[in-house]
Amino acid sequence: MIIRGSFKAALLNWIPAVATTIALIIAWEVLVEVLDVKRWLLPPPSVIGAEIYGSFGFLLRHTQTTLVEILIGFAVSVGLAGLLASGIVWSRTVERTIYPLIITSQTVPIITLAPLLIIWVGTDIMSKVIVIVLFTFFPIVINLVSGLRYVDQEMVDMFRTLGASPWQIFRKLMIPSALPSFFAGLKVAAVVSVIGAVIGEWFGSSAGLGWLMKVAGGQFQTAKVFAAIVLLSILAMALFAAVVAMEKWSLRKYPPTANRVIRLGES
Amino acid sequence: MMSSASQQTNTGIDESVDSKNALLSVSSVGFDYENAAILENVNLSVTKGEFVALVGPSGCGKSTLLNLISGVLSVRTGHIRSGEHVSRTDRIGNVSYMQQKDLLLPWRSVATNSQLGLELRGGSRSESNAQVRKLAESFGLADVLNSMPWQLSGGMRQRVALLRAVLPDNPVLLLDEPFGALDAITRSTLQQWLLNVLDTSNKAVVLVTHDVEEAILLADRVLVMTANPGQIIGEVKIDFGDSSSDAEVTTSPEFMIFKRRILDLLRVQEIAP
Repeated sequence: MIIRGSFKAALLNWIPAVATTIALIIAWEVLVEVLDVKRWLLPPPSVIGAEIYGSFGFLLRHTQTTLVEILIGFAVSVGLAGLLASGIVWSRTVERTIYPLIITSQTVPIITLAPLLIIWVGTDIMSKVIVIVLFTFFPIVINLVSGLRYVDQEMVDMFRTLGASPWQIFRKLMIPSALPSFFAGLKVAAVVSVIGAVIGEWFGSSAGLGWLMKVAGGQFQTAKVFAAIVLLSILAMALFAAVVAMEKWSLRKYPPTANRVIRLGES
Repeated sequence: MMSSASQQTNTGIDESVDSKNALLSVSSVGFDYENAAILENVNLSVTKGEFVALVGPSGCGKSTLLNLISGVLSVRTGHIRSGEHVSRTDRIGNVSYMQQKDLLLPWRSVATNSQLGLELRGGSRSESNAQVRKLAESFGLADVLNSMPWQLSGGMRQRVALLRAVLPDNPVLLLDEPFGALDAITRSTLQQWLLNVLDTSNKAVVLVTHDVEEAILLADRVLVMTANPGQIIGEVKIDFGDSSSDAEVTTSPEFMIFKRRILDLLRVQEIAP
């Protein structure tokens, strides 16, 4: 009973998004027909749908390749970001040494690094993982550092008066306090990780949705390009949803101090 | 009933108390922040079982003094001793300190919030749990041990914070306006309760408050502070004898006399340039 109620509520939440998407798809279909746009220029959604349906197994294989790259890259990114953020928060020297390097790493256009990576590490999965890491570790580090840093000073003092060691303060106060910021970074990273994978594949690979888009585009198989885009979007949304689910779980376990969602437009 | 109130209006704070016997002694302590003197030549000693209240206007450095005693801040001049602990790094973690805000961790239950101090000292979980359970009854928290902080009223949260502060069982307890954020009715209930809870303890307690009545009700001695820089300018000993019941005390003539003396001391500093 309760489960059905909350399921219904969840469905209601999604109605605006789903309705908008359906309306846009219908408008696209109608406009392509009415304006008589060439299929190789812009295929209507029905043709893209048929393409996905027709070569589903083929598309799924390439989706899997991309997904594996993303998951490995994401895991490496989280680990690296955790280490860097902890170091930055722990010591001023580490902060002064590492922070400029992290910022600099983001000023270099990562697209230009991709061909270099192919030269250095080859066309196997490693080059893609590195590109994904370069794209995703930055939002995670930046958010994690601010989450760890903006912990309530009075809370820290309270821990100190109870005899806490720096490590205990870090583990029992700062990490739980930083979770909302950590997940904010993780959500950004989930979406850009897909971009990273496509760019990595674009410059040197023999599989994956990015590779597929490049090859199909070269052959004017526009419907196939769109099919790959659709699957990439679904992949990004699924990753995002997975992060949101983890966030919900962790915030239930470690509720932040202020846990009310404020909507200024509805007050 | 005769009251045995004594009062000293000059800076000579009761020196008959031998600071060697004191659990807590603060001698000629000064503190400044960004070239502004916050505290100057503060002397204070508190013996076993004694309850001392510090009253004064906002900004007189009352809370700073507690931060210095607890070891959160380092003194610039003078010395502080709490039991055998003299250096700041030695004192911190060995002086119980309840801040003004409850500072409960929102992700921990009442029980696990309360035992934080024991946990940080590396006590075993079951032992800490047993200690929490033992005191929970007298703190009125026995029924809410598994509740989360957001489910509690302000008064209950303060009691959890106090339980967390006293569980490590340090000889000195510092209270920084513990009931400042509560409504008048809850505050007066908790004041009575605090008296009963601390009645049998042998702790040296220092309470900081701007509520003169709270100071008179709870303390054995009230020290009056002045601001810019913070100094202790006078002391009023509080003694109601032992025949008045707690509820009657606040309306007794003695209470009014104590209040008058403290307010006079506070007023003197108000008029002074």
